[in-house]
Amino acid sequence: MRKSVLLGLATAAIFSSSVQADTLEDVKKAGVLKCGVSTGLGGFSAADDKGNWKGLDVDVCRAVAAAVLGDASKVKYNPLTAKERFTALQSGEIDMLSRNTTWTLTRDASLGLNFAGVNYYDGQGFMVTKALGVDSALKLDGAAVCIQAGTTTELNLADYFKANNMKYKAITFDTSDQTIKGFESGRCDMLTSDQSQLYSLRIKLAKPDSAIVLPEVISKEPLGPVVRQGDDKWFNIVKWSLNAMINAEEMGVTSKNVDEMKTSKDPAIGRLMGGQGEKLGLDDSWSYNIIKQVGNYGESFERNVGTGSPLKISRGLNALWSKGGIMYAPPIR
Amino acid sequence: MYVTNKILPELPAPSNAKGIVHWLKTNLFNGPINTIFTFLGLFIIYKIIPPVIEWAFIDATWFADSSSACKLENGDRKPGACWAFITNRFDQIMYGFYPASERWRPNLAGIMLVLLTIPLFFEKTPKKAWLGGFILLVFPFIAYSLIHGGGLFGLPVVDTSKWGGLMLTLIISLVGILFALFFGTILALGRRSSMPIVKSLSVVFIEFWRGVPLITVLFMSSVMLPLFLPEGTDFDKLARAMIGIILFQSAYVAEVVRGGLQAIPKGQYEAASAMGLSYWKSMFLVILPQAMKLVIPGLVNTFIALFKDTTLVLIIGLFDLLAIIENVLGADPAWLGFHTEGLVFAAFVFWIFCFSMSRYSMALERKLDTNHRN
Repeated sequence: MRKSVLLGLATAAIFSSSVQADTLEDVKKAGVLKCGVSTGLGGFSAADDKGNWKGLDVDVCRAVAAAVLGDASKVKYNPLTAKERFTALQSGEIDMLSRNTTWTLTRDASLGLNFAGVNYYDGQGFMVTKALGVDSALKLDGAAVCIQAGTTTELNLADYFKANNMKYKAITFDTSDQTIKGFESGRCDMLTSDQSQLYSLRIKLAKPDSAIVLPEVISKEPLGPVVRQGDDKWFNIVKWSLNAMINAEEMGVTSKNVDEMKTSKDPAIGRLMGGQGEKLGLDDSWSYNIIKQVGNYGESFERNVGTGSPLKISRGLNALWSKGGIMYAPPIR
Repeated sequence: MYVTNKILPELPAPSNAKGIVHWLKTNLFNGPINTIFTFLGLFIIYKIIPPVIEWAFIDATWFADSSSACKLENGDRKPGACWAFITNRFDQIMYGFYPASERWRPNLAGIMLVLLTIPLFFEKTPKKAWLGGFILLVFPFIAYSLIHGGGLFGLPVVDTSKWGGLMLTLIISLVGILFALFFGTILALGRRSSMPIVKSLSVVFIEFWRGVPLITVLFMSSVMLPLFLPEGTDFDKLARAMIGIILFQSAYVAEVVRGGLQAIPKGQYEAASAMGLSYWKSMFLVILPQAMKLVIPGLVNTFIALFKDTTLVLIIGLFDLLAIIENVLGADPAWLGFHTEGLVFAAFVFWIFCFSMSRYSMALERKLDTNHRN
């Protein structure tokens, strides 16, 4: 496995270095943005009953399509598994990847890719049964933990318990569905996984209210959109499409009031609404299109994973920096 | 001495040698050990069957627009199965993301295939060979033009990335079975050929493709192949997967067919040559019809395996029946937590298809049985 990955990377490096692609031109010519998404992750990228893709990650694809093509619906979704996602991007099968991908040094530096920002700050958390009466992970000394085998969560857990001088008994499962079944049948006191996943696993319980997610987050999993290295123009477009969504939330511009805001006297909002497109090689209405058709970051969050969705994930770290979170975008000026 | 010139009439069997009681006594309560096992079996059936029936039928929710119908007011699951999870999005399970307005096209192709195939099952149909040839050589183009669009009828194109569900499973299996049978037979003949190059090429091909797992083949076709093609070449994912599956299954079919070829007595080959038949004629008129008949169980085995292996295409991002249920329906936040119902339904559909294949092969064996074995 490892060998084949290395081989793949080596060939990818050879191929990607020899090609100087202009992704923006390609996308404009094709009239459609090829976006790599997950094969199915509730709230992030999942197809509804009409076959439309929806989710927080999907909204980043839609935002870029709105900015570049003026139409958020002009996206061709390419569902990818975790293993094929980077190759699909390297080989040019997709123009960008928005598939709950953690930004790490290794990936950024050695895969020939660039991370264009963070659209969800995830991290490993714990879920326990309410009956246990525990409000902090630090009170879980000696607990039996349900965990998915072979993931980084396993390593993080070991580190966390060792650092806090506590003991635990790991009960490993192959898939997340088996893990939640194990938790439900009482084989363990708590379940650990990335927080975004804990919420969807919780809904899978026969009695969702019988479990709570603890506040502790023990690892950093910044998830964000990815583009190929070597095409800085495209890199900027994806980066600033996401930033425009975050800035719009900060300035209170929503899909509903965006038309009124166009005439706002606030110079910052004025810059968000126009005058900057040319620098990115886009129409001047790029940001207007994003906000009008996709909405600002907050709207997207609430609609897909927040209170407006069955997942009901609280904003937490993903709240704006001005509201107690760390979601922060450089200014548009 | 008692002498009679009439045959005595048959008397009914004594009452202790017939009827339900007798059957029970000889089959279920024949001695203490069997009696214990009978009761144990009855107890296990009692423990399993009623709860399953209760879950699947009596307490089940069959139709609903939202998952709340399958939940109690406080958000807990109702005890019964939630078939609404399946019925609500049944169309997607069947067709994947194929646009609703165009679904008559795969339906039409499917109906055409069934109607064309039915006459083949009757002995008396005239010109069977022509009909078979039409199905194998002409129909695929019609079906492709219908389902994919373009081609013969100039219908709007529905990209293969939109194909999915049971439709995709059936397309992959049918194409896989047909091509694998064709290439497999050629390879089997090649492996038994006296021409060294043909023979060694066949051996290498078969041993190579048989020696790698299907999952690797699919993975290579989806992950490695694009790296070797010029950037931006968008080689259809489904076509890549199909080619992979066909290459892989051909190797298996080849070995099954070779088993049949080896079982044909040498005299048959010699007789065919003595009749002055060419190699191809002797193969297709004398040897293969007999060999194929012998290997029906092995072939059907391979095809059933292929049918089930199609579920692996999920790893390259194609949504077959199981993938639609697991990854599309299963990932919809509005319907989280109905995993079991989805898997039970998928298992049921797969069972129907595999069981029919196996029954058909048994019927075919009986029909073709010429009593030559003894």
